[in-house]
Amino acid sequence: MTTGDERKDAIGYAFTAPYILFLLVFTAYPLLFSFYLVFHSWDLITPPEYVGLKNFYFLMHDTDFWQALLNTLIFLAIHIPAQVVFSIMIAMALAEKIVAKTFFRAAFFLPVIISGAVVTILWAKLYSTDTGIFNQLLGLAGIAPVKWLTSTGLAMPSIAVMATWKNMGFYIVLFLAGLLNIPAHLYEVSKIEGTTRWQDFWHITLPLLRPTMLLVVVLSTFGAFSLFIEPYVMTGGGPLNSTMSVVLYMYKHAFLFQHMGYAATIGFALAAIILLVVLIQKKYLDSD
Amino acid sequence: MKKLALYLILICAAVSFIYPFLWMAFISLKSVGDAGARGLLSSFFTLQNYKAVFMEIPIGRALLNSAIVALSTTASVIFFSSLVGYALAKLRFSGRETVFMIVLLTMMIPGQLTLIPLYTLIVRLGWIDSYPALVAPWMISAMGILIFRQTFISIPDDLIEAARMEGCGELRILTSIFWPLSKPAMVTVGIITFMNSWNEVLWPMMVVRRQEMMTMPQMITTFSVGGQSGGELGVEMAASMLLIIPILAAYAFFQKYFIDGIASTGIKG
Repeated sequence: MTTGDERKDAIGYAFTAPYILFLLVFTAYPLLFSFYLVFHSWDLITPPEYVGLKNFYFLMHDTDFWQALLNTLIFLAIHIPAQVVFSIMIAMALAEKIVAKTFFRAAFFLPVIISGAVVTILWAKLYSTDTGIFNQLLGLAGIAPVKWLTSTGLAMPSIAVMATWKNMGFYIVLFLAGLLNIPAHLYEVSKIEGTTRWQDFWHITLPLLRPTMLLVVVLSTFGAFSLFIEPYVMTGGGPLNSTMSVVLYMYKHAFLFQHMGYAATIGFALAAIILLVVLIQKKYLDSD
Repeated sequence: MKKLALYLILICAAVSFIYPFLWMAFISLKSVGDAGARGLLSSFFTLQNYKAVFMEIPIGRALLNSAIVALSTTASVIFFSSLVGYALAKLRFSGRETVFMIVLLTMMIPGQLTLIPLYTLIVRLGWIDSYPALVAPWMISAMGILIFRQTFISIPDDLIEAARMEGCGELRILTSIFWPLSKPAMVTVGIITFMNSWNEVLWPMMVVRRQEMMTMPQMITTFSVGGQSGGELGVEMAASMLLIIPILAAYAFFQKYFIDGIASTGIKG
């Protein structure tokens, strides 16, 4: 009996051993080392120097870092409402009995599978002030060219619109699944009571889509805090840091200035903020 | 009337999602003089932009690098994640629940936290500008383990008992009984891993400097941002097309797996 158990244990350990090793090297070690790095100054060449809480002190007073956080909030303020409204609208259209449903779903999902680098390079062309399609269309209507990516006020909103376009297919599919989960008899009851479709939407559809909404908001937030290639390609973080994202800022400290300790501190703070924001969203959207 | 409005919404949306890619494809096929012209069609199409990409940058090498990195990452994730998934679903050993908890916990760690320390690790290992740097940190995925565990749990234990009676080892049972019975899970994990690896740009930009080691997203990004393309729209678009064609081809065949897989697991980053 004991020998049998030992044999079973041995196989179980053998099967999980590669994962444990992988985890120790590529997850546990970096995790622990990040706690070391945030208290040190290190340029990767000379030995790390202990600096106590200096990195955190510097971060608190680093206006560029706070600007990057503010930029993320601007992004979220445009991205989340646009994402939710348009995704629900299109998902509701898709939930009806229509022909070519598979085609539409596949078409909406197309930008989701395409590399963010390509989407960004492509949209940089579409946003171009002189030759981009948006300004060409505005030109047809007799409107002067708009500086989509080169004005401080519009650059971040432009990036948010592009990100919304790229991810919408994903959120449409999530909302579609949420809509199809709503029991049909709920709508039949309301038919008997003679409510309008608009009332149905507010009192049945929206409340029951709440779990999906939470998922969409949380995933959008993760996406917003991961912005990197979009500002890197389109604006380099400019003009005047108006599109600087936190990850791009971290990247710059690590690779332009070799500030490993400070870059790790930015990552540390960002992770803490992400967890905090997601907890707040959960609490707010889960209640009632 | 209502139907008409529905179709109007859907068609407008479909056009807005497809048109930019069509524009990109057509521009990549137009000659330099023609590219600026409004509208998609041209009097004639040419492959000269594609020839120019291959002449101006080592894009052939980038395609090869991307293929090597994405395929080896995918093979590794499928093999090792299914190994762990099998152990968690069908093997009894002390500490099993702990391993399962750890898998769930690792999914909650924001990647931004470990990114810089992970980079310093790669530097210390001397892996900068190498395939191990691009593949090793992504060789096993928690998402893959969970999908395999979930799939394997529903496969009856009788099959394992019968195979054990005939003297089959656990590894044989996994590869010759469980894998063939779990094709949808394998395709889902495979596609998501391949797509994420193929499209990934931040990590390669951290650990690769030399042009010969660049994967496609980094190559076209530096080509486009670095001004190497000299602002030649057609050439830039041709380079981008080369990156998306393999994914589009896979999407054409496995559309359902792409959509259902991504919708059920969430997208990375």
